[in-house]
Amino acid sequence: MTGGVACVPRPTGLSASAPGRWTTVLNRQIAVLLLRRLGITLISLVIVSFAVFFATELLPGDVAQILLGQAATPEAVAGLRTAMGLDEPAIIRFVKWMGGLAVGDMGTSYVNNTPIAELIGNRLGNSLRLAGVATALSVPLALTLGITTAMYRRSLYDRVISVLTISIVSVPEFMLATGAVLIFAVYLQWVPALSMASDVASIGDLLRTFALPVGILTLAVSVQMIRMTRAAVIDTLSTPYVEMALLKGASMPRAVLKHALPNAIGPIANAIALSLSYLIGGVIIMETVFNYPGVAKLMVDAVSTRDLPLIQSCAIIFCFSYLFLVTLADVAGILSNPRLRH
Amino acid sequence: MRAGLLNPARWGVQFNLVGICAALVILFWATVAVFAPLITPHPVGQIVDFDYFGPMTSQYWLGTDYLGRDMLSRIMVGARYTVGIALAGVLLACFAGVMLGMTAAVVGGVFDTVLSRFLDAFNSIPSLLFGLVVVAAVGSSIPVLIVTLGLIYAPGSYRFARALAVNTNTMDFVTVARARGEGTLYLVREEIFPNIIGPVLADFGLRFVWIVLLLSGLSFLGIGVQPPNADWGQLVRENLGGLPFAAPAVIFPSIAIASLTISVNMLIDNLPQRVRDRAE
Repeated sequence: MTGGVACVPRPTGLSASAPGRWTTVLNRQIAVLLLRRLGITLISLVIVSFAVFFATELLPGDVAQILLGQAATPEAVAGLRTAMGLDEPAIIRFVKWMGGLAVGDMGTSYVNNTPIAELIGNRLGNSLRLAGVATALSVPLALTLGITTAMYRRSLYDRVISVLTISIVSVPEFMLATGAVLIFAVYLQWVPALSMASDVASIGDLLRTFALPVGILTLAVSVQMIRMTRAAVIDTLSTPYVEMALLKGASMPRAVLKHALPNAIGPIANAIALSLSYLIGGVIIMETVFNYPGVAKLMVDAVSTRDLPLIQSCAIIFCFSYLFLVTLADVAGILSNPRLRH
Repeated sequence: MRAGLLNPARWGVQFNLVGICAALVILFWATVAVFAPLITPHPVGQIVDFDYFGPMTSQYWLGTDYLGRDMLSRIMVGARYTVGIALAGVLLACFAGVMLGMTAAVVGGVFDTVLSRFLDAFNSIPSLLFGLVVVAAVGSSIPVLIVTLGLIYAPGSYRFARALAVNTNTMDFVTVARARGEGTLYLVREEIFPNIIGPVLADFGLRFVWIVLLLSGLSFLGIGVQPPNADWGQLVRENLGGLPFAAPAVIFPSIAIASLTISVNMLIDNLPQRVRDRAE
């Protein structure tokens, strides 16, 4: 199999002369792979929504009873049950809930009776900004470090990065956050400790309040990506065709960038997708530690008040965005696979 | 194979210094977790110091917490919760995941496809989020935490074990056993399991680290172990007020978590080559 792969990552000018018959066959193969991948995403969406909806069905006791408290009369409980539609079978409520989600109606919060779309709408931008900036910083950083450590494997540089990444991978995100607060806010006093995004007056303030959460989130997401990218590139470097390229006299950077990397893109895209699950967990922790007004903070607060519709909506938003990102990474991996490209 | 793996000489000679140090740290925390109530210098719930966030002194080695309780004792007892819950969770996850994974590989067909699809979808719920939803719905208690952590990490273990078992399943000796007319249970127990146990043990260790991290994260968010009990994550949470003074009460629980998780990771990274290579 690797023998066949050897000749594949060639310049596109050569591949243009490949017989047209093969081009259509391989493109159909890509289409089938893409359709299958999108189908899996759809199935996952349904199963995930199902899981999130029915997790809240596990609640011991009756939601209306819990909301009204011990002193409620049975009539009041029955009235609230009817008003909330709890008398209907769970499966009907699930379908209605999904229908509402599809048109952007997420229901009403139990606690303050506000439409959930409104509560989330104000904060979604904040969370997306945090996650977006962290992703934009961590992907190039992780790819650079991952590929260079694989190139200079067993060098001092590689060892230092390896020890650093394994240490950071092994500690919880909140510890990175508290550690950074201790160093940068308490000892060095460069940034305010546990900043509030509400009293941002200037761009300098914005940078200072934003720097710690984004920096730590970037670090937390990058380390796993670095490790997996390095492993993927090393895996490809040990194949006979790369060895052949090196024996022919190709330099290490050329062997990696021209020969090994095109075949490693699939696993690397996979690594990025997997690391993005750290992004979701990281956003939840960062928003809590730094008191950042985002969706995750909203959700953690909703957990303490047991505001179930709000929790469901936040969870669905996170799951859907994660599934979207993973699918995107996988599609990129399929499209860039040189074995399927011509 | 099985005898070889359990033979200390084979493991021993290939361990390097880092691996031995890591194993010692793990052994240390295991001992502390087991004997915690016997060796705490002060009663764990008792307010012993009138000052709060006290410094490290000869009487209170790791300072005192936000109520003036002895931190060393609290960390020792916290080890019980962190190590105990994580161990129970990882045992549950790996037992369920490995059993299902091997069975799916041996049985194959529709059973395999449906189970794999379902667990993959399950796996696409980010773990911290899953914990938040479940705890919000059912409330937090130690059994709930163990089952939740087990459920969250079972699909990953399933995928890992299934991939290994599928490879072993194509071996001639499995075909021979099948031709002899052996049942699924026999194939799983006698033919597949002994051949994948090395990588599965390494995966067990990694999963243990992830569960410790997730459990600490949940406790840090206030939905893990509930006060007055405290695991290490809860200890960080309740002493977070000491962060601006760099109180030892907030630093040492963090160090405890890091020392345990880094050690387990280092131990796995320095496992004998033949075990580790197959684990990756």
